[in-house]
This record gives sequence, structure tokens and C-alpha cells, in this order.
Amino acid sequence: MEKLMQDLKEQIIKQLNLQELTPADIGDDQSLFKDGLGLDSIDALELIVLLQQNYNIRIANPEDGPKIFASVRTMAEFITANQKS
Amino acid sequence: MNLTNQHTYITASVTIRPHAVRKNGEETWKSNGEADFLRALYDQYAGNYPKYHKMDALSKLGWLGTEILLQNTLPADKYAAGDVGIILANSSSSQDTDERYFDTVSDIASPALFVYTLPNIVIGEISIRHKLKGENSFFIFDKFDTAFIATYVQTLFDSNTVQACICGWVEQYGSHYDGALFLVEKEPGTLHTPFNGDTLNKLYQI
Repeated sequence: MEKLMQDLKEQIIKQLNLQELTPADIGDDQSLFKDGLGLDSIDALELIVLLQQNYNIRIANPEDGPKIFASVRTMAEFITANQKS
Repeated sequence: MNLTNQHTYITASVTIRPHAVRKNGEETWKSNGEADFLRALYDQYAGNYPKYHKMDALSKLGWLGTEILLQNTLPADKYAAGDVGIILANSSSSQDTDERYFDTVSDIASPALFVYTLPNIVIGEISIRHKLKGENSFFIFDKFDTAFIATYVQTLFDSNTVQACICGWVEQYGSHYDGALFLVEKEPGTLHTPFNGDTLNKLYQI
């Protein structure tokens, strides 16, 4: 899980062009939106693309998005639970 | 529409090109061969605006040009948000980003690129940065038609639609960048440069 969260932080920075951040700036449980990392709705779409491109995971129910993308940890938990072995 | 002839002046100007930046006709930055001249300009003139890095090249050019143009002369300090217009033009529209977006469609279309597939998005980025809500338009010309822009912007002043206006040319395609931005106001400022097509063209050609 730790390795996956580290990978996710690097991928989020690259995918979202967060050039003024490093992985160390993103907390495992930090909110990715609003008062946390401050991502917006376009970033949310890019996170969906990230899951699809890097982990071959599609989000079947868009209403699950806020829970899945709440933090790096919730993203990692979702990937772990849904990645095909 | 009631029109009254208003005296208008160019109170600040900037040209922004890969080799140099000129503010009010004076060179303020010269390239040292940077691989990414926009990033060099961002580091020198802006910084601390993370959304900049998400913009496409056209928006970066216009946004940075406006940052340099408005140094020490922020319209938001002098005018109501709805009184400052933005009138821009170029020749390549958003074609550079359009093509980049099209390249992603065969795989997974990029939402981040899609939102920049209109040239007037640069006006939105400038408006967000400086909290401006005035009249705005983006025109596509073969070349910078300074006479048209001057006439159009002057009409906005004469019809009392704006009290100040940012106007100019923001052209970008591939590695070609050519930006020229002007702040137009009713007071002569320190430059005492009348606003018309000829003065726009003269400052653009510097």
C-alpha cells in the first residue's frame, strides 16, 4: 500500500501538471479537492483517465467518484480492491 | 447606442517573443537560450500560480503577457470588474492545442487538453487571474490588424462599455510565439501615447 500511494502521488503530479509540488507535499489522507490539494472538476476527469491508463480500471458508477478520489489512500484502496491479478 | 468621442491612450505595452520581452518599448528580458522561455518568464515575472502549469501554450503566452503588462498598474485597483474589457486576436486560433487533443482521441481523450480547444480560453484565464468581468472578444485574422482592433476598442470606449481595455495579439503555433498586449485607458498615464492603429502597429513592430 505504501509503495502504491507513493506511485500515485508521482502519477498525480505528472498527470495533473502540478509542477510546484513534490510527492512529499501530498499527505496520504489529505483531501484532494477543495481545501486540501485544491483540485477541480477537470482534474477529477484526469484522475479517472489516470486510473484507466495506469491501472486499467474503469469506474462503473460515477457517483462513487467522491469516495474513490477523497485522498491518495482511498484511491490506493480502490485500486487494490479492483485490480485484476 | 449613444456614442461620444473619448480620448484614449496606451498606458502600457508589452511584446513577448522567445528571444526577448519589451515593456513600454524597453527590453526587460533577453533569452539565454532557455529550452522553455515561457517557464523562464513565469519564474521571473510570476510564480506562485499553480494553475499556470495546466494552461496550454496560447493561454500561457497571453497570461504571462498580461502579468508583465499589468505590473504596478492593476486595473482591479482602479476600475470596477465589469469596466475592464479584453479584446484579443491571433491567426492560428487554438489549432496547436486542437491537434494535441486530436492526437489523444484515439486512446483516451484528454479532458485537460479539451478545455483549451478554444482560443478565447486565454481571456478566461486572464479574467480569473485579475478578477475582470468586462466586455471581451477574440478575433481570428491573417495578421495583427491593428486598425480593426483600434476601431473596435475605441467603439467600446465611445459607447461607455469599458473604462479600460486590455487588447492585443497572442499568436502561438508549435514553437512560434508572438505576443503584443496593450493597456488602454482614458488618461494619458506616463507614456502619453494616443491609442490608434498606427501607434499600436508601431509598438507591435518594435
